Amino acid sequence: MSEASPAKAYALHLGVIALLFVLSFLLPEYYHGLLARIMVLAVFAMGYNMLFGYVGLLSLGHAMFFAAGLYGAGLAVIQLGWSVPAAFLCGIACGAVVALVIGLLALRTTGVAFMIVTMMFAQVFYLLILYFASWTGGDQGMVVPQPARVLVFGATSLELTNPTVRYMTALVLFSIVLLVTLAIVRSRYGRVLVAIRENEERTKMLGYDTFSNKLAAVVVSGSICAASGAAYALLFGYVGSSFASVQYSILPLLWVLLGGAATTLGPLIGTLFMYYVIDITSGYTSAYLLIVGIALILLVLFFPKGILGSIRQRWLGWLP
Amino acid sequence: MHFGPHLLLAALEGLVTSAVLALTALGLSLVFGVMRVVNVAHGEFFMLGAVLAWAITTAIGGHPALGFLAALVIAPLIVGAVALVAERLVLRRLNYNPEATIVATIGMLYIIQQLALTFYGPEARPVEPPFSYRILLPWFGYSGYKLSVISASALLLTATWLVLTRTRIGLVMRATQYDSETAQAFGIPVGRVYGGVFALGAMLAAIAAVLIVPISQAHYLMGQDPLLLSFIVVIIGGLGSLRGTVVAAVLIGLSDGIISMFFSPTLAKIIATLLVAMVLVFRPQGLFGTASR
Repeated sequence: MSEASPAKAYALHLGVIALLFVLSFLLPEYYHGLLARIMVLAVFAMGYNMLFGYVGLLSLGHAMFFAAGLYGAGLAVIQLGWSVPAAFLCGIACGAVVALVIGLLALRTTGVAFMIVTMMFAQVFYLLILYFASWTGGDQGMVVPQPARVLVFGATSLELTNPTVRYMTALVLFSIVLLVTLAIVRSRYGRVLVAIRENEERTKMLGYDTFSNKLAAVVVSGSICAASGAAYALLFGYVGSSFASVQYSILPLLWVLLGGAATTLGPLIGTLFMYYVIDITSGYTSAYLLIVGIALILLVLFFPKGILGSIRQRWLGWLP
Repeated sequence: MHFGPHLLLAALEGLVTSAVLALTALGLSLVFGVMRVVNVAHGEFFMLGAVLAWAITTAIGGHPALGFLAALVIAPLIVGAVALVAERLVLRRLNYNPEATIVATIGMLYIIQQLALTFYGPEARPVEPPFSYRILLPWFGYSGYKLSVISASALLLTATWLVLTRTRIGLVMRATQYDSETAQAFGIPVGRVYGGVFALGAMLAAIAAVLIVPISQAHYLMGQDPLLLSFIVVIIGGLGSLRGTVVAAVLIGLSDGIISMFFSPTLAKIIATLLVAMVLVFRPQGLFGTASR
């Protein structure tokens, strides 16, 4: 992250967004739908990266923030009959509140205890979803009805079930979150976070309140993950408890590790790569968890910096 | 049945859970205590033990006790060997870095689980108990095998305790736990100790699984609950403390048995998990542990 290249960094990010926009018109239908899903999940990974990459806090419970957004938005539409934008905001608000409470508790611990505590809170959240099955649909989940998934702007209405609308909505969300994370990372606040990651004691000595900075990072990270969950519920119309399970806490970790922790574009690359690997291999074997497992071990053994992290180290030092 | 006998039955079932849990959690606790590694794949070693027990008893046939005894010896050995290989190939190369090892053991969890699904299949399969003697109490008959599980577990726990406190191997392990660098300086082969402890931890989980498999069936997802419960036990008992682990296992097993019998099992799990998370937040050394150095 050198100082000299803000223009270069922004140009690169806008270029990626433009590329995704153009791809919308070139891709065959199957990959078009897949990429929309990947963009929404990449937002989840970006939220995770905010905390793991920049603050160095390894959470094993981010599924709970994703699920808070998923259920916050899904229940608002299904049970309360809210409109799509209101439900989306409701999802984010749920994620932010959950993140605030969890952050206040979990940040009292450090290291291994932080991982276990976040995993346990996520497990409680998951079990609560199963326990209140009469509202949440339990392990069956719920389908968000198609007529409710419509964006209304004055006279025009956009159906989110339409593939093009869905792709563009996902792209808008992805672009906003990408640029926001880029701005945060380059800001003073982002630098304080990195300082906490590198040496928390010293940062404290320099007069920064590390606890409230970390808490803010948990809330921002949780809100971004919740935005991804809310978008997932509204765009793909399914709200299920499997999204709250441990597996969905591990997946963003895998995507971020693969793409490169503490790189702004890493989460997208990691998600994209992993999705296509699973997609290709599922043609030969149904054992995709095996691939996830092997990928995790190989990554920590030989590639701890991930794809973009290694590229940044070798060739492109300016990569944000 | 009246409330009293009902409670007795719940307590007995709880004690069986405690017995198995204490063994599993002890394995997790040893690995964490000595190596400072949080082994997320511990539940899968448990599952592997149960699945192997089924495979061995089916292969041997004949009298159920014969196959069961063979499984009790062979299954833990195989699981221990698998753990040793995993430790040599992966954990050692990571220098036992806490965060990297967690990610790596998550990877192992997925690999073992998927291989079990591929080669063993999604069905739950029973293993016949070595003997089927029912002890008749005034209110209900109770399986003699379940009671023998409790005593077998007590025996194994005592043996582990004796090894840890009375033998040279135990001394070496405790020295490594206390300060691995100084231990190394005194000529203790710390790397070998780590390998042995990781294998021993996995073997304890496998023994627990072989003991429980005649009661509950072998299934490829059966490692999840023991993992979570072992975490709970180890945290409440204080990381690396054997006595705390046993006390906590009895406490959790009994309360799990009693709460599950009178309330919803999901609610019991929610309360237990939440309580433990709070213990970890507000009293990180555990209820029985002493503050870390």
